[in-house]
Amino acid sequence: MEYMPNFKLHRPKSKDEAAQIKNESSDSLFVAGGTDMIVNVRRGIEQPHHLIDLSDIAEVKEISQDKSELVIGSGVTLNSLANSEKIKSDYPAIADAALSIAGSTHQQYGTVGGNLCLDTRCLFYNQSEWWRQSNDYCMKERGEICHVAPGGKRCFAAFSGDLAPAMLVYNAEVKIHGPNGVRQLALQDLYRNDGMNHLTLESNELIASIHLSNNLAGSPSKYEKARIRGSIDFPLAGAAVRLEKENNKIKDITVALTGVNPFPQIIKNTEAMIGMDINEKTLDLLRENVRKQAKPMKTTTVAPWYRRRVVGAIAKRLMHELSVE
Amino acid sequence: MSDKRAKTHLHCTVNGKERDNFVADNMLLADYLREELALTGTKIGCDGGECGCCTVLIDGNPQHACLRLAATCQELEIETIEAISNQSRMSAIQRGFHEKLGTQCGFCTPGMIMAAEALLRKNPDPTIDEIRSGLAANICRCTGYIKIIESVQFAVNEMKLESTQK
Repeated sequence: MEYMPNFKLHRPKSKDEAAQIKNESSDSLFVAGGTDMIVNVRRGIEQPHHLIDLSDIAEVKEISQDKSELVIGSGVTLNSLANSEKIKSDYPAIADAALSIAGSTHQQYGTVGGNLCLDTRCLFYNQSEWWRQSNDYCMKERGEICHVAPGGKRCFAAFSGDLAPAMLVYNAEVKIHGPNGVRQLALQDLYRNDGMNHLTLESNELIASIHLSNNLAGSPSKYEKARIRGSIDFPLAGAAVRLEKENNKIKDITVALTGVNPFPQIIKNTEAMIGMDINEKTLDLLRENVRKQAKPMKTTTVAPWYRRRVVGAIAKRLMHELSVE
Repeated sequence: MSDKRAKTHLHCTVNGKERDNFVADNMLLADYLREELALTGTKIGCDGGECGCCTVLIDGNPQHACLRLAATCQELEIETIEAISNQSRMSAIQRGFHEKLGTQCGFCTPGMIMAAEALLRKNPDPTIDEIRSGLAANICRCTGYIKIIESVQFAVNEMKLESTQK
């Protein structure tokens, strides 16, 4: 049985209007494509009094290029992102990631901003109202304990967006629009390590655009994820790798993960690999480094140890594929 | 009991016919189609965009009617399975599902046909991989998908034949 709360729908025509409505209406939520937010509303996870639909804001639906950067509007659909020639040629991991999100139908209306702001997910959270009620809810929503780590005091729900790791390997920045004006920050600073509240956005702010510097345009990259159903599913674990090489030596490497932490995680210490030969030993070094830093918890039906092994294997495979291309 | 839900005046086109209705802000497009317009061909199979049974075309693009609020379809053109046949003659895709046994229990069929329709309008000669990807958001628990892919291929051939006969 579904739980559809009564709410008033707002359809602003501009970012300013959206921020203003959000500021004025307490207990309100933004919704863009709705592929995840409407599900959460139907399941009673979110019970807003006001729903602010961003799909009518034309100014955030474009991908544009200027001298120094590529700017992706937050309302660009995943389908348009995946089919953009510029993204496919210059930022291939981002096109891979967009194509891997849910199913092809969802990609028609799911948006870039929505995927970046995707709520963290957990086996005990993304369930119907009666399921959660019969389990006494959980710390993230109405309940008191975390069923993943019952003795703990924090929430481990996993960040499950696919675009964020692919954008992180290109040092993406996000422009944020709020009632007090505009601010721009590194994409990694949009997130914090807290499954309860993983975004650093204020409640009345929204992402206007994503900025990718031209400096890294054309740098080879790939994204891949493990999932239960190949055609449509959230990542059990996913990795994006960007590798530049010179004479079979590593010139630059960045790796970012999703699905294994409450935030999209950039792997540390990869700069120590710069200058090394690309061979089985360095591939294994990356794999072990990724496995050590990934911290999946029992937030899906698949065991954490398996996801940790898989995410290392994906990173190694992607690095190998990039090294032989 | 009076209905105190916030409402919006919706003006849209459904299967070629203009519609004007006051719809509750929290009404899903799937419920609008089924309950208000009695277009029950669009099925609701899951509680949130996983099964694809409710796939309809909005301005030609496939979307899940269970994840779309009716009030956000202002001035848009919606097509449902009821609009696919032409003067009681089944479309090539419908004939494909009939001839190649792409339908068993039939519950996923309207969504499958709408997703296939969107695919073939954009890409009239898809490869097997393109068919798989075009129907990736639709789940069938009976056929094992092979029959559905054959149904779409049948439709592709029928449509090629029809265009050469014109």
